[in-house]
Amino acid sequence: MKKSTSNTYFWSGNEACAEAAITAGCRFFAGYPITPSSEIAEHLAKRLPQIGGIAIQMEDELASIGAIVGASWAGVKAFTATSGPGFSLMQEGIGYAFMTETPIVIVDAQRAGPSTGQATKCGQGDVMQARWGTHGDYSAIALSPNSVQEMFTLTIKAFNLAEKYRTPVVLLADEIVAHMREQVRVPLPESIEIIDRRKPEAGDKAFFGLEEVPPMPAVGEGCNIVVTGSTHDEYGIRVTADPVPHRRLVERLNSKIQNHADELADSETYGIDECEVGIVSYGCTSRSIYEAVEKAEKKGIKTGFARLRTLWPFPDKIIRKLAETAKVIIVPEMNLKQIFYEVERAACGDSRIVPLNKIGGGEMITPEELFSKIMETSRK
Amino acid sequence: MSEAFSAQKYLRDIKPPFCAGCGAYTVTNVFLRAVHELGYEDLKKFVFCSGIGCSAWIPSPHFIADSVHTLHGRSLPVATGIKLMRPEANVVVFGGDGDIVGIGMSHFIHAARRNLDALVIMVNNMVYGMTGGQVAPTTPLRSKTTTTPYGSFEHPLDAARLAVTAGASYVARWTTINTNELKETIKKALKLKGFRFIEVVSQCPTAFGRRAGFKDAGEMLKWFKQNQVPLIEAEKMSEEQLMGKIIVGEFVTRERATLVETAYAIIEEAQAKVEKD
Repeated sequence: MKKSTSNTYFWSGNEACAEAAITAGCRFFAGYPITPSSEIAEHLAKRLPQIGGIAIQMEDELASIGAIVGASWAGVKAFTATSGPGFSLMQEGIGYAFMTETPIVIVDAQRAGPSTGQATKCGQGDVMQARWGTHGDYSAIALSPNSVQEMFTLTIKAFNLAEKYRTPVVLLADEIVAHMREQVRVPLPESIEIIDRRKPEAGDKAFFGLEEVPPMPAVGEGCNIVVTGSTHDEYGIRVTADPVPHRRLVERLNSKIQNHADELADSETYGIDECEVGIVSYGCTSRSIYEAVEKAEKKGIKTGFARLRTLWPFPDKIIRKLAETAKVIIVPEMNLKQIFYEVERAACGDSRIVPLNKIGGGEMITPEELFSKIMETSRK
Repeated sequence: MSEAFSAQKYLRDIKPPFCAGCGAYTVTNVFLRAVHELGYEDLKKFVFCSGIGCSAWIPSPHFIADSVHTLHGRSLPVATGIKLMRPEANVVVFGGDGDIVGIGMSHFIHAARRNLDALVIMVNNMVYGMTGGQVAPTTPLRSKTTTTPYGSFEHPLDAARLAVTAGASYVARWTTINTNELKETIKKALKLKGFRFIEVVSQCPTAFGRRAGFKDAGEMLKWFKQNQVPLIEAEKMSEEQLMGKIIVGEFVTRERATLVETAYAIIEEAQAKVEKD
């Protein structure tokens, strides 16, 4: 099979992710085996060498994220794929990539944690880890696919955002979207937007500041780049004690993401302008909302939903809009209330926020369960 | 080598962080002298990687070159990504003993196993210097450090022998008193392929020496001189006789397919197969 061209495929989510990475221009993958993401590594081990790229299995996740950071500084789009336990180990590397403004993509196919948990079963417990997992003040970009099609489109988007903002981007998938098979429509290559990092022009020296997103050279191009995870000035020179450069750097790194929260916000919405009951959902869990909403509407309950494709930065505005009309907002999650509190915060007390949580055994929240919750809350 | 050697030519005008008497000055000077003698006018053909610790500051930010100052222990994974995607770059890794064979031990063994095309210069000062002198995996048995106030109760690691076992193409160890041997070893290693490991046993008078019973850097250099044993002689000595000795010399020089060679051979094979299909 050559480079995936415009066609319809029957792929697993992991295959779709791997093919999307290739479409996005990725030529380097480093990872460590872990359920339920290993098929991404296996697929790329076959596919990347065919197009001149390399997929390497490293000794652990610390090394995997280190290797993709190195490849990114060598001028190549690079990514890794893992699950909860590996995602925990990668946090130091995510902080490093954030601080050094290294574009990388990390796929976390979530499973039931904490710790080894239920290794083959789905969970959504890494939502807050994707936001706050590494130490220090930082801002994250995390996307949440709910279908195999979106494993394709959002993987490409993750690479584009990483390149555009020079920052690590997390594709927060889950075991269900990673493993299930669905139809994927791959559009014509020329219709897919691919963003590449901005390279410096002759004479550019400030690769770590002066602009919101500075240009990024590669090593080996004669730019004498100084890359460091320590606080540094615009030229990469370490400043280990002076408070001013630290503030300037860390505030810029955060604001380059936070200032674009609206642009980064991506969601599918239905009936949010006028609804009695609202649902805020994401990832595999959101696959139950369509049927539940249809049933509720048949019962005469105006129901709307916001299905979040961007989890971080949190899309406050869409929640605000939903809270203007919905008396109740239900937040179904396969964790013990992680996005719930974000919704509560963004709703500013205008709606009653109701959790609906289920963990263990990879059991999804069914449309019936969600429908029952809608009926129960709308009666109150 | 017509021009006289000047380390300044390769260095940014930034005050180094090293204490007076630190072995990092010697390693910097000897490395740059080796580079000069090999005829490199500048460091443009090199990419330097380092982790966290005093020795990580040898290349970064001082060398006028591309340098990636990574996380503690992770210089080798980053170097792996760089080298695989920029095979033409001459990758040199600097690190301390804590960085390379403490927290980064697993990466060290695997990089040697893969025969990663990189020269690793490990400055072994036998202590965690930057954090104030805590016991390291290389601290001699019974040595006093801030976290072993009664003397270390652990056996130290022989990093050079470990590199040999793991599969490195070239391994040597010298101390900071063997500047000429060290320079020649660096020159040789820079011309070889694969995973090349040079351990430099170095003095840290501030964080190690003064607690271990040495009054200054000079005393430590005397200790190196009195206790170093050439490899050829060490082979004739018993384990007991070698206690507390520093074995110096070249441990291995061998040809073995390197990671870049093996990885790119796979690309060629895969591409040929696609064309055939």
